[in-house]
Parts: sequence; C-alpha cells; structure tokens
Amino acid sequence: MDLATFWFIVIAVLWLGYLFLEGFDFGVGMLLPVLARDETERRVMVNTIGPVWDGNEVWLLVAGGATFAAFPGWYASLFSTAYLPLLLVLLALIGRGVAFEYRGKVDSRRWRATWDRVIMFGSWVPAFGVGLVLSANVLGLPLDARGDRVGSPLVMVRWETLLGALALVGFCLVHGAAFIALKTEGDIRERARRLAVRVAPVALAPLVALLLLVQVRAGEGWTWAPLAVAVLAAGAAVAQLARGREGWGFAFLGVAVAAAVTTLFGALYPDVIPSTVDAANSLTVHNAASSPYTLTVMTWVAAFGTPAVLVYQGWTYWVFRKRIGTRHIPSVHVP
Amino acid sequence: MARWQFGITTVYHFLMVPLTISLALLVAGMQTAWVRTGRAKYLAMTKFWGKLMLVNFAMGVVTGIVQEFQFGMAWSAYSRFVGDVFGAPLAMEGLVAFFVESTFLGLWIFGWDRLPRRVHLACAWAFSLATMASAYFILAANSWMQHPVGVELVDGRPRLTSIWAVLTNNTVLAAFPHTIAGAFAVGGSFLVGIASWHLWRRHRDTPAENQDRQVWRASVKVGGWVGVVAYAALALSGDLQSKLMFEQQPMKMAAAEALCHSERPASFSVFAVGDVTRPDCENVKSLTVPALLSFLAKSDFTSEIKGIQDLLPEYRAKYGTNYPDDPRLGELSGKPIDYVPALPVTYWGFRLMIGFGGVAAGMGLLALWAIRRGRVPAGRWFPALGLLTIATPFLGNSFGWVFTEMGRQPFVVVPNPSGVDGVWMYTAQAVSSGVTVGEMLTSLVALTTVYGVLAGVEFYLLRRYARAGVAAVLPGWDRPEPEPGGGDPDAGDTGGGDGAGDRKPDDVLAFAY
Ligand code: HDD
Ligand code: HEM
Ligand code: HEM
Repeated sequence: MDLATFWFIVIAVLWLGYLFLEGFDFGVGMLLPVLARDETERRVMVNTIGPVWDGNEVWLLVAGGATFAAFPGWYASLFSTAYLPLLLVLLALIGRGVAFEYRGKVDSRRWRATWDRVIMFGSWVPAFGVGLVLSANVLGLPLDARGDRVGSPLVMVRWETLLGALALVGFCLVHGAAFIALKTEGDIRERARRLAVRVAPVALAPLVALLLLVQVRAGEGWTWAPLAVAVLAAGAAVAQLARGREGWGFAFLGVAVAAAVTTLFGALYPDVIPSTVDAANSLTVHNAASSPYTLTVMTWVAAFGTPAVLVYQGWTYWVFRKRIGTRHIPSVHVP
Repeated sequence: MARWQFGITTVYHFLMVPLTISLALLVAGMQTAWVRTGRAKYLAMTKFWGKLMLVNFAMGVVTGIVQEFQFGMAWSAYSRFVGDVFGAPLAMEGLVAFFVESTFLGLWIFGWDRLPRRVHLACAWAFSLATMASAYFILAANSWMQHPVGVELVDGRPRLTSIWAVLTNNTVLAAFPHTIAGAFAVGGSFLVGIASWHLWRRHRDTPAENQDRQVWRASVKVGGWVGVVAYAALALSGDLQSKLMFEQQPMKMAAAEALCHSERPASFSVFAVGDVTRPDCENVKSLTVPALLSFLAKSDFTSEIKGIQDLLPEYRAKYGTNYPDDPRLGELSGKPIDYVPALPVTYWGFRLMIGFGGVAAGMGLLALWAIRRGRVPAGRWFPALGLLTIATPFLGNSFGWVFTEMGRQPFVVVPNPSGVDGVWMYTAQAVSSGVTVGEMLTSLVALTTVYGVLAGVEFYLLRRYARAGVAAVLPGWDRPEPEPGGGDPDAGDTGGGDGAGDRKPDDVLAFAY
C-alpha cells in the first residue's frame, strides 16, 4: 500500500473517531430540551459530556489539519466549495463551546435558558452541516480543472446531500440517547433508553438509505460487506437497548458507524473528491496528495501521536466512568 | 475582504491566546505551590485565577476552530500552494498539542475529587505545557511564511525537504520566546490589575495575617515580577528578531522605521510628526536616537540600513515590476507591484507594540514598589491604574502582530535573501477564487457580529468573577475562621468519593457545569 492510500485511511479513521465521539455529544445537546424535565436533570445531561466534549471536537480539527497536511488539494477544494455550510457549522460550534462553559456561570433562569438554546442550535446545526458536507464529498462536487467550484454557493444542497445530513442527525439522536442511558442513573436513564428504542427505526432509516444510495452509485463489490455490517449492527444495537443492555447497545452503534464510514470511504476511493462536472477534474488520492517526504514525516508523527491520544482519552473515560444522577449535582454556587 | 476577515478573526483569537498561555502556566505553578506547602492561600489563588482562565479558555478554543478552517475556506489557493509544507505543523499542532490540551483540561476541571492530588496537578502541567507546544507549532508555520526554508521548488510549488529546517527556522526560534514573553506580559498585568483592586478595596485596614489579603498580595507580587521579567525577555528576543528581519525582510525593517533613504549609521526614530504615509518622506520630522537602529539590526553602531527608496529598485529587479498576467489576480493582474507596506501601520504598529508593553512593565514595577513591606496604597490611583494597564499588553501584542503581518505585504509568503530562492506568493493570489464576494461578506459580517457579542459576554463574566473574589470559587472561604492550612474540605480530598448509595457529601461532584 502506498503512503497516499495509507493517509486516505488515516483520514477516514479520524472522521470515524469524530463521528463516533462527537456523535453522542451532539446527541446529548440535541436532546437537552427533550429528555430533561428540570434544571437538575439538564445539568446531569450536560455533565455526562462535560469533561470530554472538547477532546471530542479536536478530532474534527485534526481530521481537517491532517487533510491539509496530507492532501492540500482536497482540503482546499472541499473547504472553499462548502464555504457557507461550513460557516454555519463554525458559528454553531462557537456558540456551543462557549455555552457549555458559560451556562452555569450566572444563576438566572433566563441566562441558562438562553445558553440552552445555543447548545441545542449548536448541536443540531453542525450535525446537519457535517452530514451534508461529508455526503456531498462522497457523492461528488462540481469542480473545474483547477479544483474550484462551478456554480452557486449552495450547489451542494441537493436531495442526496440532505439525506446525508438527516442520516447524521438521526444517528446522533440515537447515539446520544444511548449514551445518556449509559451514563446516568434513575429516571432519566430509563427515559433516554426508551427514547432511543422508540426513535431508532425512523432516525436510522436515512443512514441506511444513504449507504444504499452511495453503494449503488459508487460502491465497489467489497463495500457491500461493511454496508451489511452497518445495518446488522444498527439492528443489534436497538435490540440490545430494548433489552436494557445499554453498554452493548452503545457498542453496537459504534460498530455501525465504523462500518458506515468504511462503506462511504471505500466507495470514495481512489478519488478524494469526484468532480461532477468532468471526471477528469476529480481529485484523487494521488493528484491531491503531498509529497512522499511530507507524508513520511506525518506518518511518524501519527505513529507516535495517535496511540498516546487513544491512551489518555481512554483514561479520561475511565476516570469519569461512573454514572451520574440528580443526587450528584452540587448546588449552584456562583457570584 | 478575506484579509479583513483573517485579520479580525486572528487578532481576536490572539486576544484570548496570550492570557490563556500565561494563566495556564501560572495556575499550574500556584497549584504546585499548594500541593507542596498545603497552604490555603495557594489553593485560593489556584481556584480564583483558574476560574478566570477557564472563562477565557472557552473563547480561545472556539475562535481557534475558525482559524483552523479558514485557510481552506478563504485561502484555498494559498492552501494548495503551500500545503506540502504548511499543513504539517498545523496537523502536528492538532495531534500533539490540542488533544493534550483539551483532554487534560477536562480532567483538570472535573477531576478535583476524582484524581489523586499529584495526578491532578500533573494534568494542570500537561495542558499548560500543551498550550506552549501549540504556540510553537503555529509560530513555526507562520515563521515559514516570513522566511521559507527547508523546501525546494518542484513544478512551481514549494515541496518540503526538511521538516527539521522548518521547525528550527531561526525566525521561529526568535518569534517563539518573543510571543511567549508577550503572553506573560499579559498574564502579569492581569494579575497585578485585578489583585491590586482587591487589595485596595478590601484590605486597606485588615491585619497582615488575613488570609484573603495574603492571596491578593501574593498575586500582585507574582504578577509584577512576571510582567517585568517578561518585558526584559521581550526586548531581548525582539532585538534578535530585528536582526533576523534586517537580513530576511529588509523592506519590513525599512517600513518599521519609515526609513526612506539609506543611513549609516541609522538612527532609531522614537516619534514622528507629519505624514509617514509617503514612501518619499516629505514633511516628516522625527525624534531620533542616533545609531540605535543600526544596533538593533547588526549589533554595532555603524552599519548602513537601507531605506525604502534604495530597496525598491532591488525588489523590482528581483521579483519583477508587474504582477503576472493571471486572471486570479483580478484587477491587479499585470499591474505594477507596490512593494511598500502601509507605512503608518508598520511604523506606528512597531512603536505602539513597544510602548504599550513598556507601560505594562512600568505598572508592574510601580505595583511592586507600592506594596513593599506589606503596604496597601490608600489612593484611588492604585487600582485605577492597575485595571487600566491590563489593556496595554493586549494592545502591545495585537500591534506586534499587525506590524508583522502588514509588514510583509504584498506577499503572503515572503521571498527572502536568506530563504529558499524563488519561493514566494502574493497575497492577492492566495485567496479562494471559487468563493464569491457574497459568501465572503456573509461570513465577515456573521463572524464579526458573533465575536462582538461574545466579547461582551466574556468581559461581563470575567468582571463578575474578578469582582467576587475568592469566595465565589471556594465555598466557605469567607467564613470567619477558615481552618488553618486546611483549605476547602471537599476540594482537597484525594478520595474517589465512593459513597455507598445515600447522599454523603463526597458523593456530590466537586465540580459540575
Ligand atoms: C502563540 C500562540 C498562538 C497563535 C499565534 C495561534 N494560536 Fe490558536 N491557540 C493557541 C495559541 C495560538 C492556544 C493558547 O494554545 C489556544 C488558546 C486556547 C486554547 O485552547 O489553546 C489556541 C486554540 C486554538 C484552537 C482550538 C484548540 C482546541 O479545541 O482545544 C485552534 C483550532 C487553533 N488555536 C488554531 C490556530 C490557527 C489555525 C492559528 C493561526 C492562524 C492560531 N491558532 C494562532
Ligand atoms: C501564527 C500563526 C499565523 C499565521 C499562520 C498567519 C497567517 C496569515 C495569513 C495566511 C494571512 C492572510 C494573508 C495576508 O493578508 O497576508 C494573515 C494576515 C493577517 N494576520 Fe496573520 N497569521 C498568524 C498569526 C497572526 C496573529 C496571531 C495575528 C494577530 C493577532 C495576525 C494578524 C494578521 C493580520 C492583521 C492580517 C491581515 C494583514 C493583511 O492582510 O493586510 N496573524 N496572516
Ligand atoms: C522592547 C522592545 C521590543 C522589540 C525590539 C520588539 C521587536 C519585534 C520585532 C522586530 C518584531 C517583528 C518580527 C518579524 O516581523 O519578523 C516583533 C513582533 C512582535 N512583537 Fe515585539 N518587540 C518589542 C516589544 C514587544 C512587546 C512589549 C510586545 C507585547 C506586549 C511585543 C509583541 C510582539 C508580537 C506579538 C509580535 C508578533 C509575533 C512575532 O513575530 O513574534 N513586542 N517584535
């Protein structure tokens, strides 16, 4: 396997890490007004992701940064073509990050309600936007020979990409609910679990539809296999959740997203962005990659960096492994 | 417009950055003092300054995300051109620094009762050192733009040949200490300003043993020393930078001084009256220190420094008189190139950088003197000056960046006499040509608005927490008799809080959003 292909896989893995991790914390944010009945429960929910959401978001930054380093052409074309959707995602992420930190800093109902709205907006919008951009990337963008966009700023909004957006939103909902069920205790745990089971058939349908669409349009023979795994794992997850086994349900959702990412990136390869204008304009793993020297350097960095990241992020989850409930929430203490 | 957006978002990001960098390290130091001595005053300092750091940190993080994506969104031509080189430090920054920073910060915030004391302290060090590492990588990327090294030109694009050369570029070796020292100048005056207000407000007549009073005294002291030392470090590293700049970007050096004609020895202009806009220097009278500029540039008092009028022909001979005919350049295509940066900006940027930093350092000294041997100044001037000077190093830093970035115009990647030949790029070529004006305008307006609102919110919160003092972050601090040396019972405990079932005090999270 050549280095450029290896880096294509690395980037797929980074996206996978991102979707798996931030998937649930988007879900928690999206469900904030739905699942929690009162302020204490809202705080329980926010605190399930409190120590980890920033670390999860860095997966997105690194996916972006690694794309820049390994495939400058891909980074440049994708990000400039998706200018407006990404702008919305950025604005939402700005609000969300600040909101987590600031919502509890003033003891006022209005203050908290405002930030809760920001959290909700900041979780729905990026899930939608990232789903849109990723699926548009896989299905192709109208690129000219220089790699610039042909067409209006909104060309990437089509029914196929809207399906992609819904796919991610739906996945985040279920994943988030499963995560809350796994991390909390008492009433809210039960509600979250039931919600996950109830919405799953509808919420996961767009994901399955997207995978089939991509498979039919661009898939390879072998990508049927991960597709099947994704569908089966999603089913298994719901079954486990229905039986009250939250840990297994959550793990199967992880398998499902891994298999789904494999299908999508498998179908994309060897392109990194297919051009819908003219196949000759497509960016491929080879014409968009950095020089072998740069890729070698990056490989060394990744070889040392990634295991370390996995170890200490894993440790974080271990440190905060205990379920939390309303009784753990301290009273408000602010100036 | 892309430039405006980049400038605004970056300057804004860099308002948070120095405060984060310096407070993170100072807080880690305070916590170390607490773990070693067990004295409540250090715990109080850790908690108080730590809280302010967190309020600020959130903003640093979210504005950083914009930075990371901007290159691809608005500067796609640039990203394609330099990606082989420029992407690597950026990706390393993410992989090596941001992951550590964000993960250990989470552990630190929430881990007060979950982690053994020393492990928890190690988390504080981990994230504060990671902020430094992140600064290093991004400055390496930026320095490469000022002084491209470690590359060769293949098919008209720079291709990386030595990452080591990029990471040990002499430009970054000078810029890193300078920027970090700039960060500590910010942290220093932040401590001095807020702590002197508390001292004056609460402790004009409390006894010297008062715990709270000791907290603020210690903070002013730390801040004052940090500020003064930082300024010294700034001057030293700035001098190094000047020498490099003289070699690498003579035009920037001349622009920094608005020096039109070569001088030998060249004098340093302290202040100018008149119109520095024009590269031919009519009507400018300036107050100068003889030969100082020669010293800044070459360590002697005799060297010749080239002026703008003499550099212009050199630049034209080397890099051409006109922009290439390239449709991407838009209306600039084929037009003559203006090699002179905006003189008022570079000239005054340079002076204001130094000047504002100097004011901050002066305040540091003054505060140290004012509180000598346990005094608390009674006059209003003390807190007022302290609070006002908090702004100065922020301004100094911003002007420093504006100077650096504007001084390299019209290039994005500057051709250097001592860099690799032939590697340069005009700013006008760097922007995304596929992105429409409407999109740029939308994002410019949206980001500026959101940033404006958030600036207000952050300021409000910082003020609120800063005013409230220690009691707001350490419940029980203002009880009349805090246990000697004990500190806060539930924050200090090392136990994991494994209460069996019913509501014991240590079952409650020590920290929660
Ligand atoms: C000298 C220091 C310095 C400079 C010049 C910059 N930054 Fe920065 N940046 C930091 C120092 C820093 C920091 C101190 O490390 C921050 C501030 C708050 C934080 O979490 O880390 C940070 C945060 C931060 C984050 C968020 C990390 C997270 O989620 O934890 C990103 C993505 C960037 N930056 C990216 C950039 C880019 C692309 C820049 C170039 C234009 C840039 N920064 C300039
Ligand atoms: C260290 C990482 C940095 C990198 C990689 C970087 C890179 C860039 C780039 C690509 C541009 C646009 C091209 C141009 O207009 O020249 C730019 C412009 C600018 N940057 Fe930086 N920059 C960095 C740090 C900063 C910081 C920290 C500040 C200020 C706080 C700053 C202030 C500016 C300003 C004011 C401009 C606009 C100048 C102009 O275009 O006229 N930069 N920089
Ligand atoms: C005391 C004398 C000082 C000198 C001689 C000095 C010199 C310099 C020089 C020559 C540069 C430009 C480097 C380049 O463009 O290649 C620079 C940049 C900068 N300065 Fe200063 N400086 C001084 C004080 C300060 C102070 C007090 C601050 C802040 C409080 C500051 C903050 C900055 C920053 C943030 C930059 C841009 C980043 C960089 O290129 O490192 N400087 N300084």
